[in-house]
Amino acid sequence: MINGITVGGSYALIALGYTMVYGILRIVNFAHGDVFMMGSFFGLFCMQFLGMPYYVAFPIAAIATAIMGIIMERIAYRPIRTADSLTVMISALGVSTFLGNLAMVLWGSGTHAFSGFSGITVSVYKFDNVVLSNIQIGFIVLSVLLMMALYFIVNKTKIGIAMRATSHNIKTAKLMGINTDRIISFTFGIGSALACVAGLLVGIYYDAVYPLIGYSYGLKAFAAAVLGGIGSIPGAMLGGFVMGIVETLGASYISAGYRDAFAFAILIIVLIFRPAGILGKKEIDKV
Amino acid sequence: MALLEIKDLQVKYGVIPALKGISFEVELGEAVAIIGANGAGKTTTLHAISGIADKCGGQVFFNGEDITKMPAHKIVSRGISQVQEGRGVFPNLSVAENLSLGAYLRNDKAEIAKDYEFVYEVFPRLLERQKQMAGTLSGGEQQMLAIGRSLMARPKLLLLDEPSMGLSPLITENIFKTIKKLNKERQMTILVVEQNAQMALWVSHRTYIMETGNIVYGGASKELKNQDFIRKSYLGQKD
Repeated sequence: MINGITVGGSYALIALGYTMVYGILRIVNFAHGDVFMMGSFFGLFCMQFLGMPYYVAFPIAAIATAIMGIIMERIAYRPIRTADSLTVMISALGVSTFLGNLAMVLWGSGTHAFSGFSGITVSVYKFDNVVLSNIQIGFIVLSVLLMMALYFIVNKTKIGIAMRATSHNIKTAKLMGINTDRIISFTFGIGSALACVAGLLVGIYYDAVYPLIGYSYGLKAFAAAVLGGIGSIPGAMLGGFVMGIVETLGASYISAGYRDAFAFAILIIVLIFRPAGILGKKEIDKV
Repeated sequence: MALLEIKDLQVKYGVIPALKGISFEVELGEAVAIIGANGAGKTTTLHAISGIADKCGGQVFFNGEDITKMPAHKIVSRGISQVQEGRGVFPNLSVAENLSLGAYLRNDKAEIAKDYEFVYEVFPRLLERQKQMAGTLSGGEQQMLAIGRSLMARPKLLLLDEPSMGLSPLITENIFKTIKKLNKERQMTILVVEQNAQMALWVSHRTYIMETGNIVYGGASKELKNQDFIRKSYLGQKD
């Protein structure tokens, strides 16, 4: 259960990136899983080669990943904003392949360990029959804090209101004087930074990162976003946790080999009964 | 020099011309109406002025500045605010949040507070529904919100796109009374596009008539009201 919440936290953080971008541009950024992977590598690089402690490496890697996300939008999505969705999807897959291969060129195709570089020593606490490690606690606390911060930004700040306005109708948002291109960049930046933090947490938790990690995580986080209702921010958070918990419980009580199957089975079941996702809204326009 | 000057403006949707080179102007403090049937290019004209439709020819001058190629958000910053056809309020945001977006580019807090008061004074209904999601408002209330939101920008020029659309005659009349008041008492320059010719002629000083992408006629609204062809084709009156 604790494991599930921990993993779910990372799914939720990645899912937020999918859902925010979808909310504004109605596109699925299939390269988002690779952004997550790159974020993890950036952080590892900071710790391993630049010798930074984790509390310095985290924000620096997050900023670097955010910048990468913004550049990615500029190059791969902005020029084809008016193109149809198939074009956008092909462009996204191109970015995904590019980033995966770039990571292999830079860091090789092998698996890299985090232990020894992060400066975090694992300690385990036992409460009756619940076992908790300091990494798990940190993981859960950090992901919940980030989600609360995001919730605050989106709902209470001027730029958050502008984001919600842009996601509802780009043209009308422009007529309010909102520089929608800047809002879109901001959205990609935030989503990428969250994915980077997820990448670092996953890397430290499993003590491993490799160039293709983005595929499985990206796909599952995307499924989590759909599960919660794509376009909905609370939906992505909930979807991430539900997916993490279901997958971990299924893996430990039924069979570990079917781990991924449980994750996608819950997606299928939910979509049969609620096609728009758990918190998704059917889009109704009152005329 | 007119506040808004449009010269030979052309817009195409794909290969289909929507505006075939129109020219007109709006003077400071004036209320100008454009009337015409569906598909005449009225909405396109407003979109082209606001910068959300791509122009393929001609020029738009505002306050003497060439704004033809300016991005939409910069045009707003110059003092043009548009109330879109079908209101265009953000249904997922509250009434107060919608209004706050109207003042998105402003930083003068004290003056913004005054404008909230002003908008709530003009439309007391909005004050009652401040916290409500805009999507739950009635059509008339949404139109009030859309106009109120534009007022929050303190525009030099207010563009109104079919303010009567989908509203009952009574509410339409109220909305137009408010528009006339804004023009008369607040000296706000207004360009209104409308199918309801009667209201448009009543609210404006001058009126242009559009047909399939061209301006075919223009003149003082008072005189147009009495022209035979206007009475027959646009006001539905018989001899």
